[in-house]
Amino acid sequence: MSMTITEKILAAHASRKRVEPGELITARVDIALANDITAPIAIKKFRESGATRVFDKDFIALVPDHFAPNKDIESAQQCKLLRDFAREQDLTHYFEVGEMGVEHALLPEQGIVVPGDLVIGADSHTCTYGGLGAFSTGMGSTDLAAAFITGETWLKVPQSMMFIFKGKRNRWVGGKDLILHTIGDIGVDGALYRAMEFTGGVIEALPMEHRLTMANMAIEAGGKNGIIAPDAITEKYATGRARRKPVFYASDPDAAYCDVREYDCTGLQPQVAFPHLPENVHDVREAANISIDQVVVGSCTNGRLSDLREAAMVLRGHKVAPYVRMIVIPATQKIYRDAMKEGLLETFIEAGAAVSTPTCGPCLGGYMGILAQGERAVATTNRNFVGRMGHPESEVYLSNPAVAAASAVTGKITHPEEVV
Amino acid sequence: MDIKGRVWKFGKDVDTDQIIPARYLNTSDPGELAKHCMEDADPAFVTKMARGDLIVADKNFGCGSSREHAPIAIKAAGISAVIAKSFARIFYRNAFNMGLPILESPEAVEGISEGDEVEVEMASGRIHNRTTGQEYQAAPIPPFMQELIDAGGLMAYVKRKIG
Repeated sequence: MSMTITEKILAAHASRKRVEPGELITARVDIALANDITAPIAIKKFRESGATRVFDKDFIALVPDHFAPNKDIESAQQCKLLRDFAREQDLTHYFEVGEMGVEHALLPEQGIVVPGDLVIGADSHTCTYGGLGAFSTGMGSTDLAAAFITGETWLKVPQSMMFIFKGKRNRWVGGKDLILHTIGDIGVDGALYRAMEFTGGVIEALPMEHRLTMANMAIEAGGKNGIIAPDAITEKYATGRARRKPVFYASDPDAAYCDVREYDCTGLQPQVAFPHLPENVHDVREAANISIDQVVVGSCTNGRLSDLREAAMVLRGHKVAPYVRMIVIPATQKIYRDAMKEGLLETFIEAGAAVSTPTCGPCLGGYMGILAQGERAVATTNRNFVGRMGHPESEVYLSNPAVAAASAVTGKITHPEEVV
Repeated sequence: MDIKGRVWKFGKDVDTDQIIPARYLNTSDPGELAKHCMEDADPAFVTKMARGDLIVADKNFGCGSSREHAPIAIKAAGISAVIAKSFARIFYRNAFNMGLPILESPEAVEGISEGDEVEVEMASGRIHNRTTGQEYQAAPIPPFMQELIDAGGLMAYVKRKIG
């Protein structure tokens, strides 16, 4: 009987030969993740249950990244809860400030999450790891607490949607544009409760960091998970970093999909999501002359090395426009160091951008770049909800790193080809 | 458990940042979170609502973040139930784990106006609009989730399972 890649990973973790959409299963969890916002509640629930030891000290990852380095006293208290719990339980994967990064950039980079895994995280962007060919999905803190104790979770097997990307990808179009285009097509609940499987010639040639960006935003279409079948690109990425043995799953040719959509990427221009939903997607040229106050390059969506390279390439030899703030946040310490070695940080600083230590910070309106009333930002992040980056009457436009950098130079939303 | 109260209506795609803005997530204290419930959708909401009132919203309620703070804020503010055309996946799961009653019924959402007096029988999923006299039937709760509710929530279920 044929199955999709999502169904195969779920079946393997439920010790079943096959599973079908709609079925409820109990599945073994490879990695359970929480951060400084969600872990405090999970730890509280864990303690309230009377449990004293976690199921396995190697399968939990705690990453203080949202409001860390501590933004205020309350955040410091929350981060301390993680630190104390990690120490008490002797957790293998706890990342202190100085080693930490934005969780969904950090775990693949460190080889903690590997292809074929089943990962749950108390963070909605846990779906990022589908870029590696893993099943991963976001849940709440209570679900995480239960998994900390049992090593398992319950899941409803989702129906799968297939998205086929054909044609030729333009120079300034990346994974961010492909996923924004998709969300613009199906809407913010277009994949509600479903698996989003990305395939086609464009995906087969897509570098790993762009694949992670695509899977990252599956949740922005309501998806349970986003996934790309692992291949030679995946193998190259996993080699030398995977801490457990990767398992490569692939959908059977006659697997069942509830929806199949084809996109011709030839001629597709960089995409921009207008306020206040990620589905309000337009061609960047339709955004011309929208003036901006701030640019943010970073986050679990677009804070990786190739994103910084792209932004630096556009910025080189230019200055950030007067009265515009540009904030660049490498997503992990490794990315920060690599960007320093390559001279990217120098390019940013020369241009007049601020470079921050890794943090989720402004993406969710935490700190390190909050917007005032009436201000407008272009960000490489993932959400442009009301008040997402600060004042409820501020605005966020979502774009790829090249568009963000070009917009910083001109002070209005700009196609990169106008600057380079 | 029976629920009765006045209705506050919201539109489609109410995201978790509107339910509880991230600027308040430096705590998980229910009382603190309750003070900012629905703040970026309606800044005056907590001053207008009364304990026991219901939220009735269009499709995809609770989209966005996985923050359990969202159902915590709604429950701690005193909202007795949320009725929507549909719920975002993680919010739906979190609401069950938190013990916040939620019901899916597109017909009820269409037929209920702000300020209506509504009564809900959770066991049967019957929704009565006392203001108009109309009745609606919510989508049934999946059996496994009913089992979780009967056990007293996920953590109680897990405790029982591990003995």
